Amino acid sequence: MAPLIDVRDLSIAFPRATPVRGLSLTVEAGETVALVGESGSGKSLTALALMRLLPDAARIASGEILFRGRDGGVTDLARLEDRTLRRVRGRDIAMVFQEPMTSLNPVLSVGQQVAEVVRLHEGLSRRAAFARAVELLDLVRIPEPRRRVGDYPHELSGGMRQRVMIAIAVACAPRLLIADEPTTALDVTIQAQVLDLLDALRRDLSMGLLLITHDLGVVAEWADRVAVMYAGRKVEDAPFETLFGAPLHPYTRGLLAASPRLDASQHYSAGALAEIQGSIASAAGEEGCAFAPRCPNARALCRAAVPAVEVVAPGHLVACPVTTATAQREARHALAFG
Amino acid sequence: MTTRRLPRILKAVRRTALQAVPTVIGILILNFFLLRLTPGDAADALAGEAGAATVETLAALKSKFGLDLPVLEQLGGYLSNLAHFSLGVSPRYNQPVAELIAARLPNTLSLMGLALVFALVIGITLGALMASFAGRPTDRVLSVVALLFYSIPSFWIGLMLIVLFSVKLGWLPTGGAETIGANLTGWEAVLDRARYQILPALSLALFYVAIYARLTRDDMIEVRTQDHVRTARAKGLSPFAVTRDHVLRNALIPVTTMAGIHLAGLMGGAVVVETVFSWPGLGRLAYEAVMGRDFHVLLGILLLSSLLVVAVNAAIDILQAWLDPRIEVR
Repeated sequence: MAPLIDVRDLSIAFPRATPVRGLSLTVEAGETVALVGESGSGKSLTALALMRLLPDAARIASGEILFRGRDGGVTDLARLEDRTLRRVRGRDIAMVFQEPMTSLNPVLSVGQQVAEVVRLHEGLSRRAAFARAVELLDLVRIPEPRRRVGDYPHELSGGMRQRVMIAIAVACAPRLLIADEPTTALDVTIQAQVLDLLDALRRDLSMGLLLITHDLGVVAEWADRVAVMYAGRKVEDAPFETLFGAPLHPYTRGLLAASPRLDASQHYSAGALAEIQGSIASAAGEEGCAFAPRCPNARALCRAAVPAVEVVAPGHLVACPVTTATAQREARHALAFG
Repeated sequence: MTTRRLPRILKAVRRTALQAVPTVIGILILNFFLLRLTPGDAADALAGEAGAATVETLAALKSKFGLDLPVLEQLGGYLSNLAHFSLGVSPRYNQPVAELIAARLPNTLSLMGLALVFALVIGITLGALMASFAGRPTDRVLSVVALLFYSIPSFWIGLMLIVLFSVKLGWLPTGGAETIGANLTGWEAVLDRARYQILPALSLALFYVAIYARLTRDDMIEVRTQDHVRTARAKGLSPFAVTRDHVLRNALIPVTTMAGIHLAGLMGGAVVVETVFSWPGLGRLAYEAVMGRDFHVLLGILLLSSLLVVAVNAAIDILQAWLDPRIEVR
């Protein structure tokens, strides 16, 4: 069966820049895929492109976004006309945004905002939609939903607002939920609660979950599979055990080495944290691998052409000619002498 | 939310009413002295118009209306009248001021109300159109139109409307409040009066149309970039529903504030427009009172307008709290 969503060779262009290039990504039903990358790597734009909510200046320059609907039919969201697209948005694919403080309408009660989406897609009456809103607030574990349903966003804490956003997103039991840094703006203690909630809802509603984050701690705990982005391209894609156990791309390795862990050897008195030398390359107008200027293993061939994404093991994809060659040599070696 | 807030709103109304009393008395005393600065009084005006008044007649008139008393005594007399809920008597019309005002007030209120409705409906519609086509020709053309409305004085607009709709096209009357001698009743009378109101209300409104159009346009463009509008689109709402339920609702909050402030200004504008259209309202009464130095009438009108401003401000506070739940009625 086709994956729930199958992004093929997606490029997103602004008039003077192309921040996402040739990105391919799949999410299966019931699976949590983490899309990881630093600020400016194009992960949020990718998320917006899946919903076709890109800013006015941006457009999908090329590629397909194949989505398997409830009836099993596959449509290309990149080419869907607006009217049909609106039946997908909020019903089949829903999104939770980064900023719960500003993502809710300040002049409507949270109940109205939850009810709005079920009235729209399920044609419920005002009264029925309101009752459904109370249920949904209860589903996202907001205490006293019957009282909270009349509250306005400014009367709720950040964590509660993000729960409301989640209630809106899961109101029509979508097939795919995109969460764009859903916990970045929240307290650390609240982060885990919100992610637990998303994870539980994913299981209960058997949704695919595309989790966009820059927090490797989040990835380690909640993701089934991880796609790493650098400067608008996917550089590595692997099941989370593989990615944390045997990362291949030099950028992924650098990221993992640079993430602090709670053990004594990482205390600041034991020396500085590891870092990736240099800064994120501009995605505009580069030739070859965008990571080459910062890469400890860079060779001449890295600067010659953009590295293709190659399969090094089942489910493990890497866009680095140097590591791919090494991995293949090792594999042959193991085959010959193993 | 209404049930939760009702007691607080009632408290706010009571407090506003109490605060209004010293404000209004202060305004009256100030106006009383300001009016004394103009040369002449009602007796002078009457005598001057009569043309053949002797010194004795003038003195008799002054003493009849109490105009020969010291200024402070006159003020004391006026305030004591006021304390007994009397606005005094007009020497010119020989009629209680309250009656004069009561006869004119409905006309002015309906003119102001219609003008405000015109200004808001046309202004917000134009503003929404401009915002939807921001930067494109429709927006540019409407911006120029708005600028014209803003800069052309209302008396000139009034005259041009008369030339177009009354003289050339003959669709609407040139002035007055109702067809004289038609003796209409019921709906026919209402429709007849409405015909007379359209042109004055429109010329009074156009200046504000320009302001509201501009304000709505800019607010909508600003609100449209806010995160919650993206959330609304992510729900699958149509562009029209997003604009109506999410953008406009937020953009109208500043427009409401301005409309409240303008309501007092509309009364000032009514003086000019009522004169152009010979509309029997308070504005023209005020104008005639100034010309005739009929200070009791003028003070009465000023008292009424200050009360109106206080009431409107209170109403705007409540309306804003209703539109924007983040604002608490204090």
